[in-house]
Parts: sequence; structure tokens; C-alpha cells
Amino acid sequence: MADPLSNPWGERTPYARGDEWPARVDEHLVEQPESWAQVASVLHSNGDAYDLGVNQGRLVGVRGRAEDRVNRGRLGPKDLFGWQFVGSPDRLTRPLVREDGDLRAADWDEAMGAIVARSQELLAASGPGAIAFYTSGQLFLEEYYTLAVVARAGLGTNHVDGNTRLCTATASEALKQTFACDGQPGSYSDVDHCDTLFVVGHNVAETQPVLWMRMLDRLHGPDRPRLVVVDPRRTAPAAEADVHLAVTPGTNVALLNGLLRELMANDRIDRDWVDGHTVGFDELEQAVMPYTPEHASELCGVPAAHIREAARLIGEAEALLSTVLQGVYQSHQATAAAVQVNNVNLVRGMLGRPGAGVLQMNGQPTAENTRECGANGDLPGFRNWANDAHVEELARIWNVDPLEIPHYGPSTHAMEILRYCEESSIQMLWISATNPAVSLPELARIRSILAQEGLFVVVQDLFMTETTRLADVVLPAAAWGEKTGTFTNADRTVHLSDKAVEPPGQARSDLDIFLDYARRMDFRDKDGDPLVKWSDAESAYRAWQLCSAGRPCDYSGITYEKLRGESGMQWGGERLYTDGRFNASPDECEAYGMDLLTGALVEPTEYRALNPAGKAILKAADYQPPDEQPSDDHPMILNTGRTIWHFHTRTKTARAPELQAAAPGPWVELSAPDAARLGVEEGEEVEVETVRGTVTAPVRIGDALEGTVFLPFHYGYWDEPGGVGPNGRGRAANELTITSWDPVSKQPLFKTAACRVSRA
Amino acid sequence: MKIGLAISEIAAAEAELSEALLEVGERHKANHDVYHLSRSLARWSQAHVAAVERFAERHDADVDTAAMGRDSAGPLAAVRERSAELLGRRPEPGVLLLRDLRDLHLKATRASLGWTMLGQAAQAAKDPELLECVSLCHPETLRVVRWTLTRLKEASPQVLTT
Repeated sequence: MADPLSNPWGERTPYARGDEWPARVDEHLVEQPESWAQVASVLHSNGDAYDLGVNQGRLVGVRGRAEDRVNRGRLGPKDLFGWQFVGSPDRLTRPLVREDGDLRAADWDEAMGAIVARSQELLAASGPGAIAFYTSGQLFLEEYYTLAVVARAGLGTNHVDGNTRLCTATASEALKQTFACDGQPGSYSDVDHCDTLFVVGHNVAETQPVLWMRMLDRLHGPDRPRLVVVDPRRTAPAAEADVHLAVTPGTNVALLNGLLRELMANDRIDRDWVDGHTVGFDELEQAVMPYTPEHASELCGVPAAHIREAARLIGEAEALLSTVLQGVYQSHQATAAAVQVNNVNLVRGMLGRPGAGVLQMNGQPTAENTRECGANGDLPGFRNWANDAHVEELARIWNVDPLEIPHYGPSTHAMEILRYCEESSIQMLWISATNPAVSLPELARIRSILAQEGLFVVVQDLFMTETTRLADVVLPAAAWGEKTGTFTNADRTVHLSDKAVEPPGQARSDLDIFLDYARRMDFRDKDGDPLVKWSDAESAYRAWQLCSAGRPCDYSGITYEKLRGESGMQWGGERLYTDGRFNASPDECEAYGMDLLTGALVEPTEYRALNPAGKAILKAADYQPPDEQPSDDHPMILNTGRTIWHFHTRTKTARAPELQAAAPGPWVELSAPDAARLGVEEGEEVEVETVRGTVTAPVRIGDALEGTVFLPFHYGYWDEPGGVGPNGRGRAANELTITSWDPVSKQPLFKTAACRVSRA
Repeated sequence: MKIGLAISEIAAAEAELSEALLEVGERHKANHDVYHLSRSLARWSQAHVAAVERFAERHDADVDTAAMGRDSAGPLAAVRERSAELLGRRPEPGVLLLRDLRDLHLKATRASLGWTMLGQAAQAAKDPELLECVSLCHPETLRVVRWTLTRLKEASPQVLTT
């Protein structure tokens, strides 16, 4: 096995188009295990399957599962080393409550009693609109579904969201705009069958290293697929690409409209497929016509010749696989751009067959389940809140009156939840398994809201974080490996993750915490029976199977028993829409859609007129310049992102010594010309400043696009004195980012802010 | 022919809408989506005034272009933005936001009705250029109508029940 720290993608196992990806079993063991437990990775969205080695009640290593369709035994560096956080000596082991300004140890009765008392007080005084939940993309399906039932039918609040708002909200919304329903169309096995890869704002080498291994094995195989990469940085995929489109941050729509126009101008359109399966072609054609390669080039900074060449490769493809991630989702006009990638595949008829598909990715391991179960605020099972029949069906399953389930509008998204906290109309915020005091934009604002008097903040987590330090009640949670449950990756592969070891101290699974809350709150259905009728992971899963039965994300055939035997099963089959039929008819669809520029909702009657036969929708969008443009004071564009060595806010990965050593601190990536202009050298400290804050870090001279600055977003303050915010020295990239979000997906904007760089 | 009247009416309605969008954005700066989007939409309305103005002379219309091309609603804007930030932590601005969104919706609807009338008149008067102007501008005004309605629907439950 190659050294994963110097070569994280390991040795090549090249294969040809249509062949099965060869297995390669990676492992890392610090002791010989006496037993193994089946799990999948929670440190990225790829869903790598492996076994956890256990010796004397402790985790001692990992071994990839060769039979699993996702990774065929391979493991990325976070899979190999990341598990060590579980046994970290600084885990939270007791509930904490705030008293006289400080957090002190308490027992579960006292902590849960405080939460229940506050909930009941607020319900009586202000109603459910005073209570909000902000969850994660890192819990298990069973936990999200329980949370959704508790929040929606128990309390009746419309304020439910997850940090998936920062990672996968645009994937979900882009699919809803195009296919009128969530659900990943493509499959990782499309890598095996494609002849062209279109990788858009997706640094797959670092975010999903095992998927990149699969792509690399094709790229180094006998019939190399062609690779087009859109990224402002010269990432590993960009370096491998036939055409690298180095787009100016914030201008994806201009570039993609340019590509669509070239496809149309050169008659690279599958007319029969478009006529048979889509609506909206004429409007799309009209909208993209002004985006000649030269005009698009002026807007997005990519040379016109590169746009033409990329369009030629995409236009000649026989099996085109397009993939999308944060370079689109966290950038300006996020949903509009993600939808244009869908449009590229649709106008070329590249959908629903081997090698031809779209993968709108997720950033987190279980984000897919947040979406399916409704812990992101959608109704569970991809049901349409604006369709009374869907709400009535859900009410029957939960045995509650339909009016008990808030469905008078879209649920409150995370940034609006924070806004309602700021203006004090939300007075209790329950955060699970996420660290908004580092991950949300404009941290000075976020910290001041979380610390605001009158806002009761509950946080359940594994460790003390920047966010737990601002909480009123802290609940110690059991980690992955200490609890059983299921989760689903970005290509709809469901994995079971078994309990391997006991949680430390009094830590409890998030499921047990939510179940305990439901019991103490005594939530009832309309017959007076307990609303939440399950008591453990498997019974919660069975309840979800009933809720999802007959829906596009139907889990009824995927049982715990099968998952233990088979190692990863996809819902919906290998790929969706293989018969050219969509879940888009007015009665079936999850969403009627929105105006891509304003977020204005399409009314049900308008949707019926637009798409009576339930085809895919080609939605056009004009390019709009970002709200915050570089100026004389702040002449550069800030781009934030991730590294292969860390996940989220490093609470887990920094506790794996190998990962921490690989990337111990933040850095500022500059292009060589910008570094020369500023007179700074590699390793020299610089300050990056926006109107919102300052971050100081050493320079790394890299392949950033000239005029742009890249900062990793993983670093915060939990491992520094004080542990909440900057002590005169900003470290978190989100000190700098702007409070602004996509009008459709409400995903915050992390990829464009105007900044200046100077020597520290 | 009274087409000039319809043109003056639209120019006035779009200018007023543009001004109102900027003002509302500044007043609700703590509602970041309202702030950013209202500025973009105000630019549409300003472009609409310029677009109909080209037909003013032909149809003897009186178009006041004083409100065009501003990025903000004048010297009071900074004061409004600052007070918006300070007021952002109190519940009352929610009620004010509902009132402002309702007024924006009515102003956008007024402009939209103006475009409807002008479109009808352009067809009757067989003026294809004017008709094209209407068909380019009116859909954008309708998008403002829909956005204000959606935003009002989203904001009402929280403001009115907590």
C-alpha cells in the first residue's frame, strides 16, 4: 500500500470502459482486532464502506470492504486515520448546564428538564414559532426522521434545518427545479461507463478521494475518458483535465450559458430526446443566445477558445457524466448554475443510461438523509408541502391532523432561523452535531447572536466546540462507531453502520436524546397514543420504511438484514429516470419550482400549465454580477474551501494525529503574480481583510487564479485559548465571508467576497 | 391617442417602484436577502424607465427621469441603513417588513397593470417596437410582483404569531 500521507490516492488499478472497477483493499491497523464492525465513512459524502477493528472495547483500525459498490475496498486518508477521534480523551462525557454565566456538570435529568421546561414555557407564551432546530449532515437516518417527527408533528414548528444548508441545499434545489423532485439521477458506476467527464466546481480529489481514485483509474486506463474541469484553482482534477476552465469566482452562470450556446450553435443537441422529455427549450435557447464565447469570456474570464474546445468535447460525448459541488453550490447564483449543468446533460439527452448522467453531490456523509427525512425542513419522503394530498398522506402516517404539520410555506432556512434569533422571535435554538460558530458566514455576527441574551441555546456534540461554549445546555453525544444506524451517500447507496464500542461516560446517541425529549414532552397522536412509537434504531428505521414506501426514495425493500449481508444498496435502482419518466407530474412532484433569480414560488396552477405531462424542465437564467464586487479598497476575490486532510471544523480530524500533522494550521493561497506584487514569499504571514473581519495566516504560493485568494474554512478556535473567537488574531475563514445566500437554495455564499491582502 | 398617458404612468410607476425597492432594502438591511435582492430589482425598474422613455417623444409623454440611475435613495440612505442595523435586534422591524413588502407588492402590481394596458395599446396602435419593449420589461415587473408575494408569505407566520 502506498503511503497515504504522500500519495492519498494510492496506486492505480486501471480499467477500461464498461469493465468492473477492480478491488483494492486498503487497511490501517494499530493492533490486531479481535472483532470487526461494519460501517461507512462519516468524514465525507462518498460513503466508503469499511470494517472497524475492535480490541478490548477500543477501536484499533480499519479495513475497506472489497465487495462494496462504492469503494471496492479503497480508503481515503480520512477513512484510514479519522476513526481515532472516537477514542479521544477529551470527549464530552456529562451534560453541562449554564449557571451564573459558566457551564457546569449536570445529570441528564437536570439538563433535559431544563430543555423541556423552556420548551413548554415558550409553547405557552409564544407558540412553536419560538423554537428552532439546526441539525447536521452527520447524524443517522433514524435520528433525522425522529427529529423531523418531533419538530414538525410534536412541536409543530416550521423552523427546522441542517448545516446541509451549507453543503447540499443547492444539489437538492437544482434537482427540484429540473426534475421537480429531489433524488440523485446518476450513479458512481457511471464513471465506469462514461466517455466524457464534466467536473464543475468539484474538487473531487480532495472532497471525495475514493471517487477520484475511480476516475483516475479510468483516466489512466486503456480508453481514457475526456475530462473537462471548471475550477478557479489548478486542482488535481484540473491538472489532469483535457480542458481546464479557470473561471472567475461568481461567474459560473455566464460560463455555462456560453457552453450551452455553443452546443446549440453547433447543433450538438439531441432534438428527439429534448422534444420527448423536456419543456422549456425555446426559452433556454433564447436566454443563452447572447452568451457567445467572446461575451461569456468577458464575463467569466475563461478564454473563448477554451469555451469552444470544452463545448466541442462535451458535444462529441457519447456518454457524458457531469458532477457538481461547492464551487457551484457555495458560489453566486448557485442554483441557477447547478441547473445549467443539468441542462447540459438534458439538451444532449445524456441521462438515465450507463455513463450518461448527472451527480449533484453532497458535502457531508449523511446529508442525503437530512433531505429525505425532512430534517432540512422539507416534508419527509420528498413530499410537496404545497400539495394538500401529500400533507394528508403524511398526516395519516403520523396519525395527526394535517393542520398539525406546518405546511403554509417553505420551512425556515438556516440563515433565516439565525435572523429570527437575532430579532428575538426565536428564543430557543437546538443545535445538533454541527458547529455554526465556525461554519456559518460572518462569524462576528453569528457569535453575537448565539450569545444573545434571551436566546436559549442547546448543543449536542462529541466535543467542546466554539458553539458549545456559547450554549446554555450541552448534551454529550455518542459518536459513529458507538451507535447503530443507517445513512445514504451521494449516489443513493444506503449503508448500515454498526455499534462497535461503548460511548464514553454518560454520552448518549442523538436518537436516544430525541426519543427522551419526545417522551418527556409527552407528544401524542390524535388517538392519544405516543406520537413517536419507536424506541431504538431498527424500530425507527422501520417507521421510516413505512413513511418512504411508494415515494421516490422508497426504503421498504432495504432492510437491516439485507444491509448486513450485502454492504451497500441503492434506493431507486442503479440510476433514476432510465425509462425517461420523471416524478414531475403536477400531482406527483415534490416542488413546483421557483424563479431562479428571485426565489419567487411558482404557483401550482402555473406549474400545471407549464408542465402537465411531467417532463424535465429546462430552466434558463441570466448571469447577474455578484452583490459584492472587488473595489479599490478590497481589490481581490476571496474563495474559501477544504483540504483532503480535514472535515468540517476539524473537531474530528484534528484528533487524528496523522491528519492534524498533515495540515496543522490555516494558510492563504495566492497566485505567484499576486504574491510578487504584494512582495510576500512562501510561508510569510499575511492579513486577509474584508469589511467584516481579518484573518492572519502564512502564504502558500499556489495555482490560485490571479486576483483571487483561497483560504481553507476548517480552522477555528476550539484548540486555542478562549476557544470561541479570535484573540486579536483571526483564524477562521468565515470571519471574512458575507451574509448573503442563493435566492432558491438559500445556501450561503462562501466563494466570493471582496478582500485585500497585506503583509502582517 | 392617449398612449402617452400610459407611458407616463408606467415611467412614474417604475420610478416609484425603483425608489421604494432601494428604500425598503436599506431599511431592512438586517434582512440580508431583502437588502441584496431589492437593489438588483431596483436596477430592473430603472432600466424600464429608460426603455419606455425612448417612446415618450413619439407619443408625447411626460417622463420624469430624476429617479433614474441612483444606487441608493439619497443622503438619508446611510442613516436608514445604520438604524436598520441597530433596530435589527428588535422584533418591531418584522411588522415594518410586512408593511413594506405589502407596499412594494402594490407598487409592482400598479406598474404591471400599466404594462398590461400599454401592451394592449401597442397592439391596437400597431407599434411593434413599443410592443417589444413591453414584452421585454413586463415579465421582469411580474417577477417583482411574485417575489414580494412569496417573501410576504414567508415572513407573515413568524411576525404575526410570535
